Amino acid sequence: MNRLGLLALQILVGLAGFAVWHVLTVYPVLGAPKQIQFFFSTPVAVLARTWAEMTNPEIWGHLWITLQETVLAFVTGAAGGIAFGFLFARNALLAAVFDPYIKAANALPRVVLAPIFALWFGLGIWSKVALGFTLVFFIVFFNVYQGVREVSPVVLNNARMLGMNERGLLRHVYWPSALTWMFSSLHTAVGFALVGAVVGEYLGSSAGLGYKIHEAESVFDVTGVFAGMLILTVFVIVIDTVVTLIENRLLVWRPQASGGPG
Amino acid sequence: MSQQGFAEGRKGGRKDGRGVRLVGGTAVARDATAVRLDGVAIAFSLKGGERYVAVEGIDLGVMPGEFVAVVGPTGSGKSTLLNAAAGLLKPAAGQVAVFDAALTGLNGRAGYLFQADALMPWKTALDNVAVALEPQGVPRREALSRARDWLARVGLSAFVDRYPHMLSGGQRKRVALAQMLIRDPEILLMDEPFGPLDAQTRQIMGNLLLELWAANRKAVMFVTHDLEEAIALADRVIVLSAGPAARIVGAYPVPLPRPRDISEIRLEPLFHALYKEIWACLRVEVSRAYASGPA
Repeated sequence: MNRLGLLALQILVGLAGFAVWHVLTVYPVLGAPKQIQFFFSTPVAVLARTWAEMTNPEIWGHLWITLQETVLAFVTGAAGGIAFGFLFARNALLAAVFDPYIKAANALPRVVLAPIFALWFGLGIWSKVALGFTLVFFIVFFNVYQGVREVSPVVLNNARMLGMNERGLLRHVYWPSALTWMFSSLHTAVGFALVGAVVGEYLGSSAGLGYKIHEAESVFDVTGVFAGMLILTVFVIVIDTVVTLIENRLLVWRPQASGGPG
Repeated sequence: MSQQGFAEGRKGGRKDGRGVRLVGGTAVARDATAVRLDGVAIAFSLKGGERYVAVEGIDLGVMPGEFVAVVGPTGSGKSTLLNAAAGLLKPAAGQVAVFDAALTGLNGRAGYLFQADALMPWKTALDNVAVALEPQGVPRREALSRARDWLARVGLSAFVDRYPHMLSGGQRKRVALAQMLIRDPEILLMDEPFGPLDAQTRQIMGNLLLELWAANRKAVMFVTHDLEEAIALADRVIVLSAGPAARIVGAYPVPLPRPRDISEIRLEPLFHALYKEIWACLRVEVSRAYASGPA
C-alpha cells in the first residue's frame, strides 16, 4: 500500500464516520431528529461551531492557557522525575526506604487531588500545573529509575575500563541511558500533562479548553462540547507532532525499527 | 605444570628474536611481567549460599610485547581470568600483579575488548573513540582529531558519523578496537572479541589486530574457544581445563614466524603439528566439559 492510497483510506474512514453520524441525526432513523440532535448534535453544526470558535480570537486565549499549564506541568514533572529517578537509582538504601511511599503515592488516583490543589493554589493555572505534575512526575521517575538501573553492564564495564570516573559515567553512560527511557515515555508524559491541565480546568477554573467544554456542558450545549473536544483533539495532535519531531532529533542514534524500551 | 609452562613461554617468547621489548627501560622494568596471576582462584556465591569455584590455582604471566592466547572448553572460566586481570573481579585467593605492583581496583594500564557490543549506542563512532581520551584530560578538539586518525587506521574513515546500530558487527568491532587502542594501554585484554563475527570477518579482523599490534607491541591476553585462532595469533597458547575449578593444563609456545597472515598460516606444516599437539590436550577437556553437563 502506497502512502497516497493509505491516506485516501484513512480519510474515507473519517468521512464514513461523519456520514453515519449525519444520517442518524438529520433523518428520522432512531427517532425525531430534534430530540436526537439535543443529545448528539450534527456533524455539520459541530464543524461550523468549531470553525466559528477557531476564527474567534477568544479561543486562542484559552488554548494559550492550556498550553502554558501543559508545558509547565511537563517541565516541572520531568525535572522532578529525572532528579529523583537518578537519586533513587544510585542510592539503593534511599530507594528501599521510600519504595512503599512511592508506590502508595502512585496508586492514588490523582484526580481526587484536584480540589485540594484548587484550595492550595487557587483557581489560576498553578493548581492545574500541580495536578499535571503529579501525573508526569511518576511516569518520568519510574522510567529514569529503570533507565539508570538497567544500563548494559558491558557498556558500563567498558566505560570503566576506559578510565571514566563516576562523573564521566554519569555524563556518558547513565544520563544518556536514562534519557532514552524518558523519551520513550515522552508521548505518555506529555499526554498526561495535558490531561492534568484539562481535568483541572474542568473541575474549577475561569479559562482554558477544559473550562470551555465545561461551560458548554453546563448549558446542555452539546454542539459546543463536541466542538471543544474537536479543538482539543487537534491541539493534542499538534503537540504530539512536535514531541515526535523533538524525539527524532534527540534519539537519532536509535535503530528505526525498534520502538525502544517501555 | 603451569609454572613450567610459564617458563617455557618466556623462552618461547625470546626465541622468536623480538629484541624490541628488551631495549630500553630499567633492569626492573625489563624483566617485569606486564600482568601476572599468582595462584589465583575466583569463586562466585550462588543462590542458597553455595560457592562455585570457577578457576583455581592459576599461575600465568604475560610479558610486555607478548601475545598470549587462552583456550579452554565452554565454562572453563576463561573470561573470568580476564576479568581478574582487568580488576573487574576480585580473586578469592592469590594475587594479580601489574608490572610487579599488586592490583587494587581497576587495572588502569589495560584496555579491554569485550565479546558483546560495548560501544555507547548513543554516540557516533567518532565520539565513541574520542571519549576514551577524556579521562586522560585530552582537549576535545585534539581527541576528535586523534579519534579520526584511529578510525582511519581501522579502515572506517567513511563511517565516523555513524551510530553503532548503523554499523555491521565487524565495523563495530573495529570501532571498539580503535576505542581501546587510542588510549595506548600497555596491556590488551580481549575476551573472544571476534566470537560473534562470521568466519571471513574474523580472519580480516585477526589480521588487522596483528597489524596494529605489530606496529606497537603490547602485552596481550586473548581469550578464545577457537584453537585455530589462538595458534594463528599468539606467541603462546595456554590451555584451561574444564570447569568448575579450572586449572591450566598446558602451555605451548608458538614459534611460527611473524608477520603472519591468518588465512595463509593455517596451511603451514608447523601450524598443523602445533594444532595436533594442543588439540590432543584440549580435546580431553572439551569432552570432559560436555560429559559434566549439557552444553
